[in-house]
Amino acid sequence: MDWQPLILTFQLAFVTTLLLFIIAIPISHWLCFTKSKAKPFIETIISMPLVLPPTVLGFYFLIAFSPGNAFGSWLDSTFGLTLVFSFSGLVLASMIYSLPFMVHPILSGLSNLPDSLSNASYLMGHGKWRTLSKVLLPNIRTSLLSGIILSFAHTIGEFGVVLMIGGNIPGKTKVASIAIYDEVESMNYAAANRYSLILFVIAFIILLSVYVLNRKTKNSGLL
Amino acid sequence: MIEMNIKKNLQSPDGTMTLNLNEVFDKGEFIALYGPSGAGKTSTLQLLAGLMKPDEGFIKVNGNYWHNDSKTLPLQERNVAYMFQDYALFPNMTVRENIQFASKPNGTPSLANDLIKQMQLNELADKRPTSLSGGQKQRVALARAMAQEPDILLLDEPLSALDTSTRLALQNHIAEFHHSLELTTIMISHDISEIVKLADRVLKLDNGNSIGSGNPVDVFMQKELSGKFKFTGEVINIQQQGFLYIVTVLIQNNPIKVIAQKTEVEELVIGEKVVVASKAFNPIIYKLNK
Repeated sequence: MDWQPLILTFQLAFVTTLLLFIIAIPISHWLCFTKSKAKPFIETIISMPLVLPPTVLGFYFLIAFSPGNAFGSWLDSTFGLTLVFSFSGLVLASMIYSLPFMVHPILSGLSNLPDSLSNASYLMGHGKWRTLSKVLLPNIRTSLLSGIILSFAHTIGEFGVVLMIGGNIPGKTKVASIAIYDEVESMNYAAANRYSLILFVIAFIILLSVYVLNRKTKNSGLL
Repeated sequence: MIEMNIKKNLQSPDGTMTLNLNEVFDKGEFIALYGPSGAGKTSTLQLLAGLMKPDEGFIKVNGNYWHNDSKTLPLQERNVAYMFQDYALFPNMTVRENIQFASKPNGTPSLANDLIKQMQLNELADKRPTSLSGGQKQRVALARAMAQEPDILLLDEPLSALDTSTRLALQNHIAEFHHSLELTTIMISHDISEIVKLADRVLKLDNGNSIGSGNPVDVFMQKELSGKFKFTGEVINIQQQGFLYIVTVLIQNNPIKVIAQKTEVEELVIGEKVVVASKAFNPIIYKLNK
């Protein structure tokens, strides 16, 4: 059995989740505390991947990143970046595709904390960053973990976006979900079944851990 | 000295209300804010702490503008300690860590430990706030506020929902800190006896406006009484028995029955604050806990 697609899937999920975690915290913090009129628009854009067919996103990424277009050729000439049919393209597309799965749990965790916690910290003389890292984030650990697990699982499960922007290049963009499709196309059901079963079991374990975690935190009365 | 001359539109259950304050609080003064809910008491504290911005006017503390048309001083630079109604203890930190987190980097190094001792928190120091009782949380919140070595202490109904003995002990702590640290303290309270005990001055608010200010005893006991002893309490029951009425008044946590005549009862409403006073006889003192 060729393990390459599975390894690639986990590499993609790991890198995507890590980068998403880093950018989702400031985004969620801003959304939680802002009084800006732009808030609903930003929230809408972040949530779009939940309702759009992945192929729509993939299609626009493909158009935008294509070296034949202005943005794509600018990326290429300035940074030497080609995002179509490449791993970095997959990461970027996956980040946007999984963004709501990271932002929503963190945002809901932050919004559920009483305002008095951050206010108390500010009045003690602590700045925004210290308040976020010492007071807010440690009290939403469950939400952070939910965000990480869900983004990871969702990235493993993506298909449409990856196929559109990444194609099917072995070792580079051929992730497990695509490998399954590929094997089925060539009537190789046994191989498709192996990949599918592995993904099935992993997805089950990941989601189960989220629910067990939620139950535990509820019972212990921790935030 | 705190000078506040502000206007702020607030949303209240009855629609929009304008909080309109023009007050001066002296340094070292203990002020109680008293009034019905929705009168603007919490908003007054929030405006002073910087949690809310006035629509118009200025706030000036010791000659420096904390808020005017051109600037608003950040919360971090106000040196105000605020005891929130929900205590706002950080759930991820132990009692000791909560108190240390409030300490200033260049403050008194032993202060956190001294406060833990003084507030009898030794045994709780390594526990997290979720495992504490209401009274214990209050003690931690007060110790934490003091660890900040503030100039101004703001208390939002600090002692509501506590039993009488805990309440009395905490009142003593607050009074002690207020005097020893020369704080300017502003406290919201609905408890007249608490206000009489702690505050130098009471400011009555109603519907966003100040409707009276002065020595608590004078403000609450407008009728001239020369009673030998008097207690404030709340009418909880009025019962007719023959020609007389029996009025039950809750003083602290003790229901006291007082005989009254029809003319006296006509003015009383259940839930109203009253003074029970006596002057016709000499009270007898019994020692408790013989």
